[in-house]
Amino acid sequence: MKGLLSGMASLAESTLPDESVALLTQRMEPLLIVNGLVMDFGGIRALDHLDLCIHQGEIVALIGPNGAGKTTFFNCLTGLYAPTGGELLFTPDGKPPRRLNGLKPNRITEQGLARTFQNIRLFPNMTVLENVMIGRHCRTQATVLGAIFRPPATVREEKATVGTSLALLERIGLADQADELAKNLPYGAQRRLEIARALATEPRLLLLDEPAAGMNPQETLELETLITSIRDDGLAILLIEHDMKLVMRLSDHIFVMDYGRKIAEGTPEEVRHNPAVIKAYLGEEAGYA
Amino acid sequence: MALLTRTDLRQALVTGLWFMFLTFPLLVIKVDPVERTVLWRWVNLLWVGGASCGAALAVRLWLAWRAARQERIRLGLAPAATIDPFRLLRQRRVALPLLVGGALFLLVFPALFSTYQINIMTTALMYVVLGLGLNIVVGVAGLLDLGYVAFYAVGAYSYGLLHLHFGLGFWTVLPIGGLLGALFGILLGFPVLRLRGDYLAIVTLGFGEIIRLILENWSEFSRGPSGIANIARPGLFGIELSLEAAIVYLYYLMIGMVLGTVFVVNRLQNSRIGRAWYALREDEIACQAMGIDKTRTKLTAFALGATWAGMAGVFFAAKTTFINPASFTFLESAIILCIVVLGGMGSIIGVVVAALILILLPEYLRAVADFRMLAFGAILVVMMIVRPQGIVPTVHRTYALNR
Repeated sequence: MKGLLSGMASLAESTLPDESVALLTQRMEPLLIVNGLVMDFGGIRALDHLDLCIHQGEIVALIGPNGAGKTTFFNCLTGLYAPTGGELLFTPDGKPPRRLNGLKPNRITEQGLARTFQNIRLFPNMTVLENVMIGRHCRTQATVLGAIFRPPATVREEKATVGTSLALLERIGLADQADELAKNLPYGAQRRLEIARALATEPRLLLLDEPAAGMNPQETLELETLITSIRDDGLAILLIEHDMKLVMRLSDHIFVMDYGRKIAEGTPEEVRHNPAVIKAYLGEEAGYA
Repeated sequence: MALLTRTDLRQALVTGLWFMFLTFPLLVIKVDPVERTVLWRWVNLLWVGGASCGAALAVRLWLAWRAARQERIRLGLAPAATIDPFRLLRQRRVALPLLVGGALFLLVFPALFSTYQINIMTTALMYVVLGLGLNIVVGVAGLLDLGYVAFYAVGAYSYGLLHLHFGLGFWTVLPIGGLLGALFGILLGFPVLRLRGDYLAIVTLGFGEIIRLILENWSEFSRGPSGIANIARPGLFGIELSLEAAIVYLYYLMIGMVLGTVFVVNRLQNSRIGRAWYALREDEIACQAMGIDKTRTKLTAFALGATWAGMAGVFFAAKTTFINPASFTFLESAIILCIVVLGGMGSIIGVVVAALILILLPEYLRAVADFRMLAFGAILVVMMIVRPQGIVPTVHRTYALNR
């Protein structure tokens, strides 16, 4: 971590103009701090004092064998589960830190966290465009009366919603299928649509749960470009992924989990050679070999 | 005939035998308790067997034909573009004359038909409003509500009681009835917020029965099963109307009410709130994760749905001038639900068409009175097999114009 920091700083001093230095330092602001997060299901401890930290503009990967508790962590973070203990602190755009524990999922999305799901959860019988427009819900205000009487403000808001959503579809290359039902899209496109829908909520931190699952190499490549471009917009990205090549290429920082605990963290290079990680993935025997 | 296999023939035969067995006690045996004789009507058995076997064959033939046709389309041997009558309906040059014609017909309806017919039409229009209201809850937001009639009762009794005790008129109570409906909608909404599917259906069913039982048993409040009589018909600027004129007047009011409902419901569906309802129906978890307040969205759906039932209830009380709990049984809820499902979940035109069919058909089938409900049931079953998405399926709004 320290090596990376000084390396980046020296790189910045030598080649980049001043604004980029500012950008780099801004990137190092912690956006999400997780302190000793515990999640119990009855007698089973799914998350055991998990600590982690995500900075602005970073791509962070969360890896670990199946059942390690990665998705449980996502669900705690997005309010679908109420964590048993620990603390989730979110600091968007230099505002004072906000505790996310116990907030309802929609309130957390309003704070600036948005997610995709491991098994795609689009609205299958709504059009592609409508799916993205749903993401705008928490950033718009029209009320029941507004819907009935359509005052100019509501009309303007509705137009803006359509505009923003179409722009997002343009970005993920689905603008041509805007009026298609979401369920009729091919698998890879559905995954991208989920990302667009999440982006429509204007998040500061994007949580991607296995975005490349079931994708072919071409689609994975497109996804990689998309994720990088989202990061370049200044968003932080936390992704759970099993495609190790993708993780190693994309991530700035990797956390490794097993049995609900964090067993390692570091840059891709560090994690790759960490004996604990090799042990978790390949078992005891292989670890010694 | 090559379309049918031996299995088809055998199964049609089995169907025929099955029907013969089922209808045997009713249609064959006739016991005369006075003469103490038993009449065996074997001819009926043949009729039933023949008819059901024939019908089964016809259905199988049709299914086979459809499958063969789809196969041909798949192989590219036949053009896929069949003319869907409902797609045609959406084109302006077809829809406009139909709409104008329909509107004209409805306008001159009272001049052409008897008071009895007008009354039936008014009832049918009332069910259009009820169907559109329930459509918000069931069709759009996907919350299966089996106790919808409770809100209808709330509306009717709010007019009945407010008129009885305070002498309030129709026009004052109409908004009050709507508001009370909404209030009860929220009241029902709170306890069922966590429920979905079957469980929600059970609780709402119970709620409907609770309201009816309260009305039936709390005599000091609602006058019990004897009901409330002499409720005033709607006034027209204080002019005394004859009975016929009052019925015609109510008919036109009801048309206005339907137009208002269609307008409002249509706008609601195509709005931020409406989209949230659709999303709630599609996937509750994803809906919350995308920043939609589940609690609020569900409650607005319940409240807005119930508002229409409340207002329709006021109309009902004003139309019949007498209300008692017997008008608000589960059967009513079931009929309204049928209207929504048959019309096509979430489709406004579908609900309007289905309400008219479902309410007018039994009236005009009175000629075959004995088999009225049987025919009704058969139509529902056939509908669900042939067109499960409803008479007029929902069309999703496209935003092509804004591009």
